[in-house]
Amino acid sequence: MEKFTKHKGLVAPLDASNVDTDQIIPKQFLQKTERVGFGKHLFHDWRYLDASGNQDNPDFILNAPQYKGASILLTRENFGCGSSREHAPWALEEYGFKVIIAPSFADIFYGNCINIGLLPIKLSDDEINELFADSENGQLNLSIDLANNQISGASKTYNFTLDKFHQYCLEQGVDSVGWTLKKLEKIEAFEKQMPAWQ
Amino acid sequence: MASTLYEKLWQQHLVEEKAGETPLLYVDRHLIHEVTSPQAFANLKFHNRPVRHPERTIATMDHNISTRSIEIDAAGEGAANQLRTLEKNCKEFGIKLFGMGHKNQGIVHVMGPELGLTLPGTIIVCGDSHTATHGAFGALAFGIGTSEVEHVFATQTLRQTKAKTMKIEVNGQVGEGISAKDIILAIIGKTGSAGATGYVVEYCGSAIEALSMEERMTVCNMSIEFGAKAGLIAPDQTTFDYLEGKEYAPKEDVWQQAITDWTALKTDDGAEFDTTLTLKAEDIKAQITWGTTPGQVTSVEGVVPSPDDFTDPVEKDSCSAALAYMGLEAGTKITDISINKVFIGSCTNSRIEDLRAAANTVKRFTANGAKVSDNVDAIVVPGSYRVKEQAEAEGLSQIFIDAGFEWRLPGCSMCLGMNDDVLTEGDRCASTSNRNFEGRQGRGSRTHLVSPELAAASAITGHFVDLNA
Repeated sequence: MEKFTKHKGLVAPLDASNVDTDQIIPKQFLQKTERVGFGKHLFHDWRYLDASGNQDNPDFILNAPQYKGASILLTRENFGCGSSREHAPWALEEYGFKVIIAPSFADIFYGNCINIGLLPIKLSDDEINELFADSENGQLNLSIDLANNQISGASKTYNFTLDKFHQYCLEQGVDSVGWTLKKLEKIEAFEKQMPAWQ
Repeated sequence: MASTLYEKLWQQHLVEEKAGETPLLYVDRHLIHEVTSPQAFANLKFHNRPVRHPERTIATMDHNISTRSIEIDAAGEGAANQLRTLEKNCKEFGIKLFGMGHKNQGIVHVMGPELGLTLPGTIIVCGDSHTATHGAFGALAFGIGTSEVEHVFATQTLRQTKAKTMKIEVNGQVGEGISAKDIILAIIGKTGSAGATGYVVEYCGSAIEALSMEERMTVCNMSIEFGAKAGLIAPDQTTFDYLEGKEYAPKEDVWQQAITDWTALKTDDGAEFDTTLTLKAEDIKAQITWGTTPGQVTSVEGVVPSPDDFTDPVEKDSCSAALAYMGLEAGTKITDISINKVFIGSCTNSRIEDLRAAANTVKRFTANGAKVSDNVDAIVVPGSYRVKEQAEAEGLSQIFIDAGFEWRLPGCSMCLGMNDDVLTEGDRCASTSNRNFEGRQGRGSRTHLVSPELAAASAITGHFVDLNA
């Protein structure tokens, strides 16, 4: 996993709540055995007018010229609900997003983001409304400082909280499997005391 | 100190809790399928790491298989590649696989319980959000992403943040013809689609205790549809009776020890939950979703709501968007909505009791010689080969076939439409599955989530019906 320390980028405002993982990456694009090739199918049914994805939908926010190259997605509550498919964060990451800012995320999606190094930031409803207002009035570029849990570049500065271990893993690009494998003795000790039916 | 069932399961699986690190939990059973495992296996190989306990992982093929043929290639090129990759990986890492046509093959959340792989007091994970189904046994069961699948392969553990606890109590006795699906949809209607985000839910109360194991699975299955990390029901005699003698359930002395341990798996008197929700079973009516999230649900006796019925601005906007997508007008009576597709199946409602209930309804609605409506294509997809065999032995399949339903091979099928069981743009489907998201069953498709009984009746009449009218 790549280390995440600071990021500066353009915000794309996706004004929708309960965006589910079927919207983020529809099922017909999940038949891959590799971890690449999902970015072009991100938000497929909203992004394209045709089923084969050749014709851009001009009304979809990511197709608007002013949001091309966006790397920070601003969105509404319960983002990433539904399926556990990690293909959803993979698609967001491959498209070019490094940070997602929303008032709330679905639990599994949130964990999947942390595990691949895509930073999910929770802000209050009021703060999200302010950022929507700022981003809709023109191009909004934000700077995310993970070490100080701070967002700057908008009309004011915002602070966010993150689980300390999640923050450490993101900053250090921790290989979480390798980290846990260092604890094999603990796992073996646990296994020794398990009842037979378990 | 008095503890909840969740806290007991958590404590019993805690490998390490250390300041500054997310707690490490032991995983007893890992279920895998073709779609969310290939990249996890690939990463293991890249790092040259073994699967720590291959015997604790069980694989099946379900998500993208054909329901018309047991040939792998019938699923199409991409799917066939995933299925063959699963075969190859299971062979290489020594994992048991129930592949195409195997007597134990089935939808992962139907297969696990019916084989006795799902046990109370265990942690069960799978790269699928409907893993919550197994919570019906008093197992802590939840869906995970592919990075976590890899973590479980390599370490047999997972890092998890502790969830908050929610008690959902359903007291009393449900009315005639009200199914477990109606109970869970009614709950989601109360909480909204994200009402339990950050929580593990425990379902309890006399109406929950009265449910069979298969009904409890339907309830727990949809816990994720209101955001819960997992759903739990405390194990009891119903649980033990269901499991006794199952192929992979403990036997003899080990079984006796298990019963002793499992009997203690309940929330202590006086234990505190972070949130409590109470429903009266008598108030629950037959449910149907009208929108594009499972929380957009109403009674079959009702009408399609209007955005004006909501005060919350987010709900108001979602109602408008959902009505536009669903092609519905506010105020339309639910029973006036016509459909052209019916799907009976999925990990929510494809077990033998679901098929019995659906077949009984078909019998009732075809007693006058009626058949599946000319305007409707209806398919029945059993959850596993065991369910299929049982349904055929009981003559249920013949009831469906005689009435004009297609009787298919087991698989996830039209619940998510990864195979060729997809709806086309504008199709309106009465579906016993769990998600009515935009495009879920096919681009531009319109899904109404209902019970097996309501799906079966609607297939005959061509529109939704009030079964109690």
